[in-house]
Amino acid sequence: MHDHTIAGLAAALERGECSSVELTRAALERIGQAADLNAFITVTPESALAEAEAADAARARGEAGPLTGIPIAHKDIFCTDGVRTSCGSRMLENFVPPYDAFVVEQLRAAGAVSVGKTNMDEFAMGSSNETSYFGAVKNPWDRQAVPGGSSGGSAAAVAAGLVPAATGTDTGGSIRQPAALTGISGLKPTYGRVSRYGIVAFASSLDQAGPMASSAEDLAILLEGMAGFDRRDSTCVDRPVPDYRAQMVGTDLRGLRVGLPREFIEAEGVDAEVSSGIDAAAQALRDAGAEVREISLPNAGMAVPVYYVIAPAEASSNLSRFDGVRYGHRCDAPADLEDLYKRSRGEGFGEEVKRRIMVGTYALSAGYYDAYYHKAQQVRRLVQQDFARAFESVDVIAGPTAPSTAFPLGEKADDPVQMYLSDIFTIAVNLAGLPALSVPAGFGGGRPIGLQLIGNHFDEGRLLGAAHGYQQVTDWHRQRPVVEE
Amino acid sequence: MPIDANEVGQIAHLARLSLSEPASQAYARNLSEILDFVEQLGAVDTEGVEPLAHPLEMTQRLRPDEPTESDERERFQAIAPATEDGHYLVPRVIE
Repeated sequence: MHDHTIAGLAAALERGECSSVELTRAALERIGQAADLNAFITVTPESALAEAEAADAARARGEAGPLTGIPIAHKDIFCTDGVRTSCGSRMLENFVPPYDAFVVEQLRAAGAVSVGKTNMDEFAMGSSNETSYFGAVKNPWDRQAVPGGSSGGSAAAVAAGLVPAATGTDTGGSIRQPAALTGISGLKPTYGRVSRYGIVAFASSLDQAGPMASSAEDLAILLEGMAGFDRRDSTCVDRPVPDYRAQMVGTDLRGLRVGLPREFIEAEGVDAEVSSGIDAAAQALRDAGAEVREISLPNAGMAVPVYYVIAPAEASSNLSRFDGVRYGHRCDAPADLEDLYKRSRGEGFGEEVKRRIMVGTYALSAGYYDAYYHKAQQVRRLVQQDFARAFESVDVIAGPTAPSTAFPLGEKADDPVQMYLSDIFTIAVNLAGLPALSVPAGFGGGRPIGLQLIGNHFDEGRLLGAAHGYQQVTDWHRQRPVVEE
Repeated sequence: MPIDANEVGQIAHLARLSLSEPASQAYARNLSEILDFVEQLGAVDTEGVEPLAHPLEMTQRLRPDEPTESDERERFQAIAPATEDGHYLVPRVIE
């Protein structure tokens, strides 16, 4: 069961070869066997089995869709009614939301079975999953290495075959970078494509939810289940959801114009094995008939510094809601209101979260606003204009997802700036609000390499088609780590 | 621009975060490195460039000013650390 795609499992369910209850039991058992990965914060066996029974009943009535009865997991940033949603933080260690996130509602309505909540960097702030209050997650390919972050638990769970798919969120690379480091496929949709309602907010002009799975086809199935208009997110786009699977299948690599940004290919600090993996991927696209050409994104190098002003600024504002009064951690015996705020927040937030709140507070403070925040927003426009110019002459942009393969646990944990540079190729995409995905493209030293493909706004169908075409001529996405002890 | 532990204390106060003395020293070093790193933005010519706040440059969607939510005070207060008679409890603010 554990090496099947959603498409494969749905076919097996339809043929009656297995039931959703059996699939769900198998997933729960495998989660238990792989507990040392620390991929889950909360597992919900009872509700999962009840949902699986309901899915089997729906199928018996002839009411099954492509996700009916498929076990999935949600990143612990999505609010789940009645199920603890910690966001990887002590602040929300005991927080049980009174409502479901839009994505959770949508996937439940589509018949998917939620088996639990996956581990993540605290408040999605990290690129290694090491900032989680619930401990680091191990990479199933190399248990001494990180799985990437912040959606590290979802990535490890899919890579290890604990579940065929999981949800993630991506503010600066948090779906794509862990997908790359664990050898799975992960998509960040266009900003506004998927409602942010019920996602614990980090940086609201950048946050976007998306699917993580083991093929481009599965990403298409999941995106169709997650997307849709929702008036409860004021930035959600009111636009019909296309048949992504049909658009994917209808995309031909022959004649597809693929741009390789010089700035990504020649960037400093990229591992030689990653570079040669991306060269080989570009050649595979060429061999399949794509027109691969070099392009330029002159301001791409400024994306990380822009992000580390804008994201902390938005985070400092968003996280001001955690005050120890309405929900979340509250300190013992506060002397006065200020003491209540300061100690509840000081105790509830981890180091990286406090660091980013302070960077954001500083960047927004009187006297520094123009030099940091205003300036960063101006350079953000230049980054976006580079992409707009590039998409006048190409359909898809290709390059590495991350500069290295999975790095050892602890290696960058004490060096924030080095950690931030893990997202050097993913961040520009969030600043511009574009859709992008990562697919497996080989190995270096036994650890996976990710190929990033970037599309134009709302062009997910063709983007998925390019990834699907690549997966028709390669089999990197079918490789699995050995998980059993 | 280097930040010292004293400035970290001021920033932490603005952000309502309690920090220990040794932690403030470490944050001073980290924050200085991060600000140093983002200062390369100063080298970019942005003369006449409009700031970009939203990737799709959407404007706020408006709705009629009509009630859409029902009263769920009890359900929402059930997850609060301290309440009494439907109110959230905080330390005394008026003597």
